[in-house]
Amino acid sequence: MEDMSNYPLELTGPDVPMVRFMNVTKSYGALVVLDKLDLDVAPGEMVTIIGPSGSGKTTVLRMLMTLEPINGGVIYVDGQPLTHMPRGGRLVPADARHLRKVRASIGMCFQQFNLFPHMTALQNCMEGPVQVLGLSRAEARARSEELLELVGMIDKKDQHPSRLSGGQQQRVAIARALAMRPKVMLFDEVTSALDPEVIGEVTAVIRKLVAEHNLTMLMVTHQMGFARDISDRICFFFGGRIEEQGPPDVLFGSPRRDRTRQFLSAVKEAI
Amino acid sequence: MSYQDFLQTYAARILNGTAVTAAQFLFASGVAILAALIAGLGKLSANPLIRGPAVVYIEIFRGTSLLVQLYWIFFVLPLFGLTLPKFAAGFLSVGMNVGAYGAELVRGAIQAVPRGQWEAALALNMTPATRMRRVILPQAFLLMLPPWGNLIIELLKGTALVSLISVADLMFQAKQINASTYLSAQSFGTALIVYYILARFVVTPFMRWLERVMAQRLGRT
Ligand SMILES: Nc1ncnc2c1ncn2[C@@H]1O[C@H](COP(=O)(O)OP(=O)(O)OP(=O)(O)O)[C@@H](O)[C@H]1O
Ligand SMILES: [Mg+2]
Repeated sequence: MEDMSNYPLELTGPDVPMVRFMNVTKSYGALVVLDKLDLDVAPGEMVTIIGPSGSGKTTVLRMLMTLEPINGGVIYVDGQPLTHMPRGGRLVPADARHLRKVRASIGMCFQQFNLFPHMTALQNCMEGPVQVLGLSRAEARARSEELLELVGMIDKKDQHPSRLSGGQQQRVAIARALAMRPKVMLFDEVTSALDPEVIGEVTAVIRKLVAEHNLTMLMVTHQMGFARDISDRICFFFGGRIEEQGPPDVLFGSPRRDRTRQFLSAVKEAI
Repeated sequence: MSYQDFLQTYAARILNGTAVTAAQFLFASGVAILAALIAGLGKLSANPLIRGPAVVYIEIFRGTSLLVQLYWIFFVLPLFGLTLPKFAAGFLSVGMNVGAYGAELVRGAIQAVPRGQWEAALALNMTPATRMRRVILPQAFLLMLPPWGNLIIELLKGTALVSLISVADLMFQAKQINASTYLSAQSFGTALIVYYILARFVVTPFMRWLERVMAQRLGRT
């Protein structure tokens, strides 16, 4: 059993990060996927994770979304422990109620969109606000329509996902996540399943979010140009650790580590 | 006696029997659907106090014969103080029996809903109950409709057994007519045809129609 006394019950002070991974370990059986990860994301910051396949990028987001349990360490969101809760002056593993409370600040978009196929675009967006937040249908509709407008999907609001292109589905999925008013948005390779000609319509939406909204975002992508344009910071993952991180111009312009250079030149060749 | 004369003489009794069979079918279907839903969800529960009874129910009703179950419910339960009218004992037995098979269809369909749907619902912070009701079951329903079509046909045929506890269904009437006339070919031939018509031209088209309507409603046209 890990000694939990080294972990604060909550984060306080002037610079509380929106997200903090503290000593987080994740393994599947004997395979250690993330090894004592420390990562902070400041409020309003856009952090992009890059790295080779299998380096643990998706796992970072999935742990934060509580889709995967962690095996060691603590994740904090907005100063509160997410994976744990305080009890009797120390941290114990979170129960379902605590997870629900803290998870409310996090939204996620998936590579495969995962829209609900039996609902229209508008219904997809209204579902969370009505069923989870308890908004009236009128409020939820107003909020959803505003967001569908933002992602440029308002004229398709009554279509089912099966009638939408991949890019359109992903834009609806972004609106659906935003309708929950998360503080942190997670994007896991949201353009990887898209045809090249529609990638731009999704990245344009994310650019707009970065420019106009004060969201904290954590993104995994293989599109280096896009990452360089919009990120405040790039984290290069290798073998379950952060090999190197820094502002995009530094990391892409003058990487310090061999592995980073090798990865970036391999990616460049692929393009 | 020509077949026409036979029909003219016994049409009323055959129609009565058919009506009873139809009623048995409808009630048993209701029981089967309800039992399948409860046991199918129960079998997926992480709580052993819920999963246990569901597994026991499914095992018992799938592992023993419908006729024995029928006799148990009608003849043995009264010994424990639970006496059911024969009509109720009939559709309850058939419904519980088919429900045990249906439970596996429910469980299988729920598990066949893609993982991404479960994850998207969790990312929206839905409770497990809301997720099941709003996201998983509507999709599972569409997946399990075709195999339910087959099961419901089996249920219709299974209702013939209730004649053995003297529920006056179609099979019971056919047996009575046969006993008093010895016209076996006409009696049981007519029963055969009526069962076939019910299965082939009433139940099957209805299930097809339901599949179409549900598919439309779920936007998969
Ligand atoms: N459910 C699982 N069971 C076992 N191993 C898993 C599971 N999920 C992920 N892994 C392993 O964990 C490691 C990290 O996976 P992860 O999906 O985080 O990689 P990634 O960096 O997102 O890769 P990619 O660029 O291919 O998406 C991989 O070695 C993967 O095989
Ligand atoms: Mg990945």
